[in-house]
Amino acid sequence: MAEQNAIEVSGLTKRFGEKTVVDHVSLEVKRGEIAGFLGPNGSGKTTTIRMMCGLLTPDEGQGRVLGHDILHEGPTIKREVGYMTQRFSFYEDLTIEENLAFVAGVYQLGRQAVRDTLADLGLTSRRTQLAGALSGGWKQRLALAACIMHRPQLLMLDEPTAGVDPKARREFWDEIHERAADGLTVLVSTHYMDEAERCHRINYIAYGKLITRGTVPEVVRDAGLSTFVLKGPRLSEAQRLLKGKPGVDQVAPYGTDLHVIGRNWVELERSVTEAANATGSEAEAAETSLEDVFIQLMGEAQDNMA
Amino acid sequence: MNRFLNFRRLLTLIRKEAIQMRRDRLTFAMMLGVPLMQLMLFGFAINNDPKHLPAALVAADEDKYTRAMVTALEMTGYYDFTYPNASAAQAEHLLASGTVAFVVTVPSDFGTRLERGDNPKILIEADATDPAVASGAVSTLSQVASDAVTRATGQEWDKKTKTAQQVQVVVHKLYNPEGLTQFNIVPGLLGVILQMTMVMMTSMALTRETERGTMENLLSMPVSPLEIMLGKVLPYFGVGAVQVMVVLLASKLIFHVPFMGSLWLLFAGILLFVMALVILGYLISSVVRTQMQAMQVTIFYFLPSILLSGFMFPFRGMPDWAQYLGETLPLTHFLRMIRGVMLKGASFADVSGPLWVLGLFVVVFALAALSRFRRTLD
Repeated sequence: MAEQNAIEVSGLTKRFGEKTVVDHVSLEVKRGEIAGFLGPNGSGKTTTIRMMCGLLTPDEGQGRVLGHDILHEGPTIKREVGYMTQRFSFYEDLTIEENLAFVAGVYQLGRQAVRDTLADLGLTSRRTQLAGALSGGWKQRLALAACIMHRPQLLMLDEPTAGVDPKARREFWDEIHERAADGLTVLVSTHYMDEAERCHRINYIAYGKLITRGTVPEVVRDAGLSTFVLKGPRLSEAQRLLKGKPGVDQVAPYGTDLHVIGRNWVELERSVTEAANATGSEAEAAETSLEDVFIQLMGEAQDNMA
Repeated sequence: MNRFLNFRRLLTLIRKEAIQMRRDRLTFAMMLGVPLMQLMLFGFAINNDPKHLPAALVAADEDKYTRAMVTALEMTGYYDFTYPNASAAQAEHLLASGTVAFVVTVPSDFGTRLERGDNPKILIEADATDPAVASGAVSTLSQVASDAVTRATGQEWDKKTKTAQQVQVVVHKLYNPEGLTQFNIVPGLLGVILQMTMVMMTSMALTRETERGTMENLLSMPVSPLEIMLGKVLPYFGVGAVQVMVVLLASKLIFHVPFMGSLWLLFAGILLFVMALVILGYLISSVVRTQMQAMQVTIFYFLPSILLSGFMFPFRGMPDWAQYLGETLPLTHFLRMIRGVMLKGASFADVSGPLWVLGLFVVVFALAALSRFRRTLD
């Protein structure tokens, strides 16, 4: 039995006309795991999620979600999965409570489920507010409430924290982690790096292709990148000098520092030392961040596309 | 059963739609206010049998026969002699310029010939650029003329009356002896108004979900296409029923349109029509992608159905191909049904034809809509 995997899909492909939006993507998500689904805008994250919850029919590929065939058991999957859309998609002309009552009715839950969910997510005092009048954070809270009310085993969240302030984001993630501890499986797409680091495992997709996957340290290690940090008075000059030098793939200013990243440690070190000497700055080796890895991967994926 | 149509889920969808309808004040007011406003406006404004049309009189003598004739013509209500003493040249100019719609010429030997027992003639020239203007006024003429003459001379009473009666049969007297356009227009208006509000509102109902992005959410939940359709269609059906009550009451109280046939038969026919309309609207909304497109398709559908259904122009007066086209419109069959039941007192057997056709529309539209419905976002 593949029961320990909540999501197990392989070769998922979707074309819109000539354009291949998702190109043979395979995913595995263990039960009780929080899986991050990362990638730049337009990389095919939303399309992949939609295929997995039965909203789009894949052109190729197959797989199982919660043990149900994604090609033939769409209705069953819909009942057991909670899907939170990227764009707020509840009724803005209904109040919080009316929206939840609507969802409860569709899943055939009682009034008690609505009351519990309201209390659970701290929405009780706002229940008579129109959804359209809520701020981004509260809208997201309502959407989360609505998609976990029927106690799904798997939650698919499509960029849930876009346009939400840091505090609300933090609370949202705490909520997600609590649920995951109770056995809920979560697949969450995002392009915030700090959120990626809160996931147990991440899957990185670019231009419709799955580029890398694993835990955050694994992904960073597998990328095989080296990073040097330059500190000094004339960083913008150093930046100009370093661009295009052998071994240098990325040069990015971080506040008063300059991060220089490359694949070839030997060449990179030589180029960095030259630039440091020329500008009178200090260079030292540092940890490569996830963001640096992703930017590197994105650039390489683009090169492969060309 | 549970999979395709669950009562609780359906009720949830209907309740949601009802709340949304109530919150959208403007649309809600339109749905109830517009029918009444349109009924009042068009019921009073549209008149295929216009009266009190300006006329000029060209008379050589002011004898008693002429006076009798003029009085009789004025009594019909069609003629207002705004120029009672016109010369022939003046009259010609008045007619050409459109100042008068008729010129009545009584020849100088009218009285003499009448007294001699000849058949005297009077000439009525009508401005027939708008045929509707002339037809009613002209059609009553021969009868009025004979009656007037009979009264004036006091002669050959029996013979004249018989002739007059024969003419009278030809004139539009069948179901509407006074020729009141409102009796014909008001029931038709009910159909047009229902069509306007029902098709348009419903056609936007589903596209609104697509446009606002709520469709994605709805589709990701366990609801069946049939439930979504009924959940959208039934609330509007309810609104339609209220509209029907409003318009029927107004027809009775304001326009005094007779209700000759069975009220239940009438309701059954109207509700069948409303059902066909809301499902047609739903069908439109399952084909188009935006509310704007829904509006355009609806308007594209309105024009032929107003012009070819027999609402504006007599159905049987159209060429065959146009009649075939007209047969494909629900409004055509609705008009046959409602005019039959309301004005002629038709029984179920009399209007079973149109009723069956309306039922057929409901089934065909519903099947088409369900087959069009996209269960996924593909």
